[in-house]
Amino acid sequence: MKNKNKTSVGSLFLNAPYFIWAALFIIIPLAVVLFYAFTDGNGQFTLSNITTLRDYWRPILRSLWYSVAATAICLLIAYPFSYVVCRMRPASQKIANMFVTLPMWINLLIKTYCLSSLMDGNGLINQALVAIGFGRLPLMNNTGAVIFGMVYNYLPYMILPIYNVMSKIEPSLLEAASDLGCSSVSRVRRVILPLTGPGIVSGIIMVFVPSVSTFYISAKMGGTGDFMIGDLIEGQIHSQNNNLPVAAALSAVLMAIILVSMLILNRFSKNEEGGSVLI
Amino acid sequence: MTNRNIVELKNVTLSFDGEKILDSLDLSVRDGEFVTFLGRSGCGKTTTLRIIAGFLKPDEGDVFFDGERINDVPPYKRSVNTIFQRYALFPHLNVYENVAFGLRVSKTPKEKIDPMVKEMLKLVNLEGYEKRKVTNLSGGQQQRVAIARALINRPKVLLLDEPLSALDAKLRKDMQVELRRIQRETGITFIFVTHDQEEALSMSDTVIVMENGKIQQIGTPVDIYNEPKNAFVADFIGESNIIDGIMNRDDTVTFAGHTFTCVDEGFEKNEPVDVVIRPEDVDVVSPETGMVKGVITQATFKGDYYELIVDVKGFKWMVQTTDAYCEDQVIGIALDPDAIHVMHKSEFSGLYGDYSTFSDDFDEDPEAEDEE
Repeated sequence: MKNKNKTSVGSLFLNAPYFIWAALFIIIPLAVVLFYAFTDGNGQFTLSNITTLRDYWRPILRSLWYSVAATAICLLIAYPFSYVVCRMRPASQKIANMFVTLPMWINLLIKTYCLSSLMDGNGLINQALVAIGFGRLPLMNNTGAVIFGMVYNYLPYMILPIYNVMSKIEPSLLEAASDLGCSSVSRVRRVILPLTGPGIVSGIIMVFVPSVSTFYISAKMGGTGDFMIGDLIEGQIHSQNNNLPVAAALSAVLMAIILVSMLILNRFSKNEEGGSVLI
Repeated sequence: MTNRNIVELKNVTLSFDGEKILDSLDLSVRDGEFVTFLGRSGCGKTTTLRIIAGFLKPDEGDVFFDGERINDVPPYKRSVNTIFQRYALFPHLNVYENVAFGLRVSKTPKEKIDPMVKEMLKLVNLEGYEKRKVTNLSGGQQQRVAIARALINRPKVLLLDEPLSALDAKLRKDMQVELRRIQRETGITFIFVTHDQEEALSMSDTVIVMENGKIQQIGTPVDIYNEPKNAFVADFIGESNIIDGIMNRDDTVTFAGHTFTCVDEGFEKNEPVDVVIRPEDVDVVSPETGMVKGVITQATFKGDYYELIVDVKGFKWMVQTTDAYCEDQVIGIALDPDAIHVMHKSEFSGLYGDYSTFSDDFDEDPEAEDEE
């Protein structure tokens, strides 16, 4: 009993910095956002901020589908990539990993800026295409460019968790699968996929969450009809009317979307593993 | 057991990074036989098993299965199943699904799978464990799941890679009996890999002793023990005194300064040989009646017998006797003709079978020095 008390006091003490941090920078700001979302300029409760969002249903849906697309593309690239890397020799694996993490050292704005100058109508890629007589391609200012920019920026966050889980699968499990009659395709389906489930789930979260709240990429690389929730929020804050309540309401919607999608994923991974990897 | 060969290796050679792991191996396994590859770690026994399973391809030589060359057949197309050293059970599946795995892969109809899984779990005494997570099972239970998972596919040959090494001594004994029972009941050929000589002798129909990537001897457990082919086998299987001798002619051998009558034939006249004397075959008699004399340098009480280290003309013999003796006592040694086993000289001559530096401690963990 005495011992237990001691440890709980000790752990409380050790946890204190995190609790203070969380309260200051997570809980209180969240409360402020919710407060703004449900009050008018005079601090009176109102639902009008939420109801005005009816006008914004297009960018909200657009954000959802862009981020689902970007997440799916990241998964389709990252999974086979991780599979191939896991089969390399340890030295080559290290190099491959370095190339995955290297872009993470560079700031997102700079990467996006560079990407857009590469893909611009007069960018390097188009100049090269013209030079070989292929002609200009409309690489920028369209939906494809936005999704490409998101994939380009968030791909490492899909690869790392999947690679991490996959590289820890014991080789003897794969041998056992072959031994029991699995061809390499059915081995992936029956053993590797189920065992990498937790990695896939965290990869999806790591890519989907920043994707759905993306703002700079869509503004820089998209066309006029490609702005997303993130851009809307930015616009509400920066516009002359300084419409914080509507920005807060949009943020609340964004959080709700993320929360719901996490709950769905959580349920999925619970079924797989009997335990939850999120939240 | 039939006389048909189910597995055959012919002149199989394999190198890793320029180092020869297997050196022109020739062996055959009969259908329904319990064969054990016995040797120290690094002798090539597991490599041989992996070649039969299909995880490794030999650089040279051929692997035959049921008369067919299978060098290029991938593991999943071979009617061989493996029990892995650490079982390699699928952690995402429960006991039932682990056992059913092979049947699901081969698209066996559902209504057939259920009775087969039940039957297998019964065979390995795991009824009622269907829904358990494999990660919550004890080592012995995981072992049984691994056996059931392999046997349900009705392989022609079951390969077992040191399957008992992770179990404690008591469980190991039980599993030895259990494996033997399962092998008899199913009639499936078992190829078993171990470094434990006792395990090999008590379970197998045939023992294949390996060292340095070569087969040193193939024989029944009794043959291997009583008629070892060279100093390595004699030393590896049980305790042995291995003494330099001269084979004067058939049935007569001179060693330790005395000419003995033996029952070995077929050697050259006056051929230098290795002579094996098992400690339990030595008769301790009075110095006057003994064929050779020696001084006891160490006497250890072992419970049901005494273990003596006896200095005979500078060579230390190990002798086991039920009578009490003390150190520094002079004794005589007598040997029956069939207590003497004569072997040709080999690359292992002089390396083994001398107890001058003997201490019980060295025997504690035969694997320890090889792990490096």
